[in-house]
Amino acid sequence: MNRRMIALLVLTAAGTCLGAAQLPQHNLGRPATAEEIRKRDISVAPDGTGLPAGHGSVKEGRRIYKVLCGSCHGDRGQGFGDYPPLVGGQGTLKSKDPVLTVGSYWPYATTVWDYTHRAMPYQRPGTLTPDETYAVTAFILYMNGIVDEKAELNEKSLSKVKMPNRDGFVPDPRPDVPTKEGKK
Amino acid sequence: MKPRGFSRRAFLTTASAAVGAATITSAQIPQRLGAPRRQYGERSSYETSSRYFHESITPGTGSSRTPLQDLYGIITPSALHFERHHAGVPQIDPQRHELLIHGLVERPLVFTMKELRRFPSVSEIRFIECAGNTGSDHAGRPGIDPQRSHGLVSCSEWTGVPLKTLLAEAGVKTKASWLVVEGADASRLARSLPLTKALDDVLVAYGQNGEALRPEQGYPLRLLVPGWEGNINIKWLGRIQLVDQPYMTRDEAASYTDFMPDGKARWFTFVMEAKSVITRPAGGQVLDGPGFYEITGIAWSGQGSITRVEVSTDEGKSWQDAALNTPVLPKAMTRFSLPWRWDGGETSLQSRCTDDTGYTQPTRAELVAVRGLLPGPDGFNHYNGIKAWYLHRDGKVSHE
Repeated sequence: MNRRMIALLVLTAAGTCLGAAQLPQHNLGRPATAEEIRKRDISVAPDGTGLPAGHGSVKEGRRIYKVLCGSCHGDRGQGFGDYPPLVGGQGTLKSKDPVLTVGSYWPYATTVWDYTHRAMPYQRPGTLTPDETYAVTAFILYMNGIVDEKAELNEKSLSKVKMPNRDGFVPDPRPDVPTKEGKK
Repeated sequence: MKPRGFSRRAFLTTASAAVGAATITSAQIPQRLGAPRRQYGERSSYETSSRYFHESITPGTGSSRTPLQDLYGIITPSALHFERHHAGVPQIDPQRHELLIHGLVERPLVFTMKELRRFPSVSEIRFIECAGNTGSDHAGRPGIDPQRSHGLVSCSEWTGVPLKTLLAEAGVKTKASWLVVEGADASRLARSLPLTKALDDVLVAYGQNGEALRPEQGYPLRLLVPGWEGNINIKWLGRIQLVDQPYMTRDEAASYTDFMPDGKARWFTFVMEAKSVITRPAGGQVLDGPGFYEITGIAWSGQGSITRVEVSTDEGKSWQDAALNTPVLPKAMTRFSLPWRWDGGETSLQSRCTDDTGYTQPTRAELVAVRGLLPGPDGFNHYNGIKAWYLHRDGKVSHE
């Protein structure tokens, strides 16, 4: 069998496979419009894909944080009861008393932006504009010493912020305990 | 032949007099017309089993626990299914609910609930377990009864459309490798799901135990991701986006991760490994004295089917095989039982299960040796150690 034939066979196999699975079998549902996708799609990837255009500064973030965030997370991001701390703990992860916060633990700045945008403030989630979200994110990162006081974040710069624990995660190694088949 | 001088009426009078005197207890004999029919059934007013939760300053983000010690068989009554919400329970009008599938697909599509119910459907019995179930046992604060130790697991018959059917309808592009799945709750809870799992056994479910989903379980539509941690079984499912990378949402890149003693953390630890617990006799219960009891409990594995459950009634010195009650289904609860005679002495009762991958439920010590005792940002997740209940001479069963 020559190379071209093999290539053809592989192509046919792939085509058959995808083809059978990919053709609409039921013709139910209606096409989604670009407009409704734009309205509903709020996903943000760690490389910045999906971030809306906008910008916000530490200074603006400080003002918004004081009004909308501080009453639960504390004026310095120290947390309160069930409301988790946002600040502190850098350099403690390998210690006996690790302190896990947005600053010390979260691996991506986009995660902070996305969660704040979709789920905060707790009582009125989803009400922050993109600009407000950039600003609050900038202020939280500033409180953690990750960006400086003059920083302004936007859809280009956010994903370039390197979080201290960026390389702190490993894939699932389980089963991680020796299995005891037939232990008696 | 009717006994002379002992009419039915006379007997009833005698019997009720005896009950009235409260000297003996006897089976109740109805003398009054019963209640009329009703449109939607309720349990007996004598039954009080309920979900457990404690008050918190963030009631919308809490959990409630299934009373495992009160349940029979493997199906959790929908009203007692555990809850875990991150922004409260939304009240969704099914006529206005739509599922959007978009991203790396040939044909972005929107489905109404009515359309989703027109697809070929399947019904499957599967457990859902919160990643944090038994986290306090990991921490060394063992739950005092099955509900408080293991109550963040439930098992239902789920009905819906295989996700792969809907994905074929939209046509997945070859570049796609992950899905972002998102709820229509206030926090629009989102997770990244590998495409391989989506094409395997994931269900877009609208039915729970023969009726529509309960609001607390995602009405009108949820994702059912068999064997994987509860959080990724997105409730109130509204949007599925095909993408080329995990999107690192909070609940996969911070919460639901497993913090290890070396300062690193595991992420994307999806599978809930094999686990079992004795539900009777168990913590919080009191035995009536020496004699016969059936030991019973539940076992489950996110990897497949339970093949064996062993029970020790002598503090782990010896183990004997419990019977696996049918049906034994993959990624579902399996009920086990063992006849047992209590001699009145102090002892402990433990169970350990094995699944069809050959994996056997480990001890807490074995898990702690590897995973340590430093909690993650939301405590301990994915703990599946053997649970012991301690039986005392007075018949009381406790957790320590």
